[in-house]
Amino acid sequence: MNDIKDPSKKSFLYDAGTRSLVFQVVLLAIVIYVCYYLFSNLQANLDSRGITTGFAFLNEPAGFPILIHLISYTEADTYGRAFLVALINTFVISLLGIILATIIGVIMGLARLSRNWLVARLATVYIETLRNIPLLLQMFFWYFAVLAALPTPRNSYEFADFLLNKRGIYSPSPITQEGFSIAVAGFIVSIVISIALIIWAKKRQTRTGLWFPAYWSSLGIIVVITFLAFAAAGFPLEFNLPHKTRFNVSGGMVLPPEFVAVLVALSTYTGSFIAEIVRAGILSVNWGQTEAARSLGLRDSLTQRLIVLPQALRVIIPPLTSQYLNLAKNSSLGAAIAYPELVSVVMGTTLNQTGQAIETIGLCMLVYGSLSLSISLFMNWYNKKMSLIER
Amino acid sequence: MKSNVGKILSTAAITAVISTGAAAGTLDDVKAKGYLQCGVSQGVPGFSNADDKGNWSGIDVDACRAVATAIFNDPSKVKFTPLSAKERFTALQSGEIDMLSRNTTWTFTRDVSLGLDFTAITFYDGQGFMVHKELGVKSAKDLDGATVCTQSGTTTELNMADFFRKNNMSYVPVIIQKADEAVAAYDSGRCDVFTTDKSGLAAWRTKLKNPKDNIILPETISKEPLGPVVRQGDEQWKDLVTWVLFAQVNAEEMGINSKNVAEIKKTTKDPAIMRLLGVDSDMGKDLGLSADWAYNVIAKVGNYGEEFDRNVGKDSPLDLPRGLNNLWDNGGIMYAPPVR
Repeated sequence: MNDIKDPSKKSFLYDAGTRSLVFQVVLLAIVIYVCYYLFSNLQANLDSRGITTGFAFLNEPAGFPILIHLISYTEADTYGRAFLVALINTFVISLLGIILATIIGVIMGLARLSRNWLVARLATVYIETLRNIPLLLQMFFWYFAVLAALPTPRNSYEFADFLLNKRGIYSPSPITQEGFSIAVAGFIVSIVISIALIIWAKKRQTRTGLWFPAYWSSLGIIVVITFLAFAAAGFPLEFNLPHKTRFNVSGGMVLPPEFVAVLVALSTYTGSFIAEIVRAGILSVNWGQTEAARSLGLRDSLTQRLIVLPQALRVIIPPLTSQYLNLAKNSSLGAAIAYPELVSVVMGTTLNQTGQAIETIGLCMLVYGSLSLSISLFMNWYNKKMSLIER
Repeated sequence: MKSNVGKILSTAAITAVISTGAAAGTLDDVKAKGYLQCGVSQGVPGFSNADDKGNWSGIDVDACRAVATAIFNDPSKVKFTPLSAKERFTALQSGEIDMLSRNTTWTFTRDVSLGLDFTAITFYDGQGFMVHKELGVKSAKDLDGATVCTQSGTTTELNMADFFRKNNMSYVPVIIQKADEAVAAYDSGRCDVFTTDKSGLAAWRTKLKNPKDNIILPETISKEPLGPVVRQGDEQWKDLVTWVLFAQVNAEEMGINSKNVAEIKKTTKDPAIMRLLGVDSDMGKDLGLSADWAYNVIAKVGNYGEEFDRNVGKDSPLDLPRGLNNLWDNGGIMYAPPVR
């Protein structure tokens, strides 16, 4: 006759925890099944069409050279090596682009807020022009503008041992001699000393309130010690000078116009967006903060550096992250003007020669996915570090 | 959950691309939708090029029109899909287009491992080099150290690499996605050399700032047999596309063209011609076509020679010689099996 159940012995079916677990498991099973179904369907279709699959092609010789390679590469190397070269090119252009775009963006953002009428208007014109023109057009503009302005290799501009023509900027390339490691060691030692100095200066300031110009002194220490080590080793560096040949210039190092055009286009375009983000960040800091800092007797530059910027950064970082992500992904447009990055080398030449569409596109998606995720993770970490610590 | 949805969608997208193209029954599909979907280039003068009103012309375009005429007796029942060099095979594999007629070179890998079938050869081409005249280069063997511009996604890239390696010469590649920009880069002096098929060189040269300041070197460094491509596994469709071209070549050989075909059909006593034009036998039934399909193709599109002259030969700005593309009995290698 005891119909009322003990609440602690609730039916298995009515337990919220169990129920949600069951739903999750069912959902997961469905997702796995759908993926499996799609994948096996894909496999079956590829088989029935006689399309070969797999990543074996990565070990075959590529047979094509690449314009810009930072690691050694010849056409006798494999597709895997070509992929690596392209990957490095993508990383390099993204990293340099992010650094340059940030510098341009901060300068232009501050300039637009300047009390100088001309500076503010020039910054406005720059920002509004560049962020309203498609990036691809800007790349073509820089590429063909650069090409049109420069002379042919035979009529190169020459200054000292540098040559400038349509094929790029040629500079002497350094060749390290015996004893170069002494200079490197000197450089490392000077950096260690600098870091120690900065830490000491910070501690002393916290303890006594006395300020020491640690950063400038560090710079001096690095330059002097490295130079002394270099001199002690007897200047162990020689240069390979560029010289003109029948068609081109050989010897030395070259910075090709494709690289310059992509870098300039990416950094000025993204820089214009960053400028607006910086401006928004600074304007978001209440004017009262500046007034308070001044009434405490802080100079204008210190007010900006110690009061306004740290608070502005909290507003700036999240949208800045998406600009960095955009820049990394936009680097793929370099394929249009012969910059040999991933899309050009892997989805272009490799795909064409091997016909492995799904594999090559999959590789590229994986790379862009992980590149974006790592930028995102880094910026999230930085955001957390900069966010307001409430006490 | 979001990431899971993303995964499903992307896998689904890839799978959909591969699985929508039905392997068999292309002819039935084409008849059902009422037009032929043909993949062409994004603009190669003489081969497939759209004018400012969007009218397509060229030898590759005419190959599509001939197939459409054989099926519908109407050369206008074609829709063209302009494709980049690297999109073309995926578009065909996925069923987005019914046939690919886009100056595509017949190679072993493409035929064997891409799930595609090449039909017949519409143009025998070969890769060559164009250089700035002021460099004073007379032969491709003088190109050691040169900077070479070319378009990505074509056999051109590999042939070029092979050629320089074989002759133990070095070169600097500038690989650009679209042919227009590759030519523009060459024209601006970024490169010493522009390379593509010789017919393409002749076509592009007409578009340069000063065509006379550029010369095409005599060497031909590769075999580039160009022709329409279809999906593997639909033999009827492959036969149809192949024999439409063969019919046009046979017509030229028999002296039949778009102007005299009506007259010849009425008066001829030659059994070979009567078979081709479907006068007394039905050569169309097994292809799934009407008996007079070849007559329609010749009357409305023309024979192979007319097609050649109009698009790339003596009646066109390219003014290419017939050369290898002449009939076999006229000094060339254009040869079609007999209709019987």
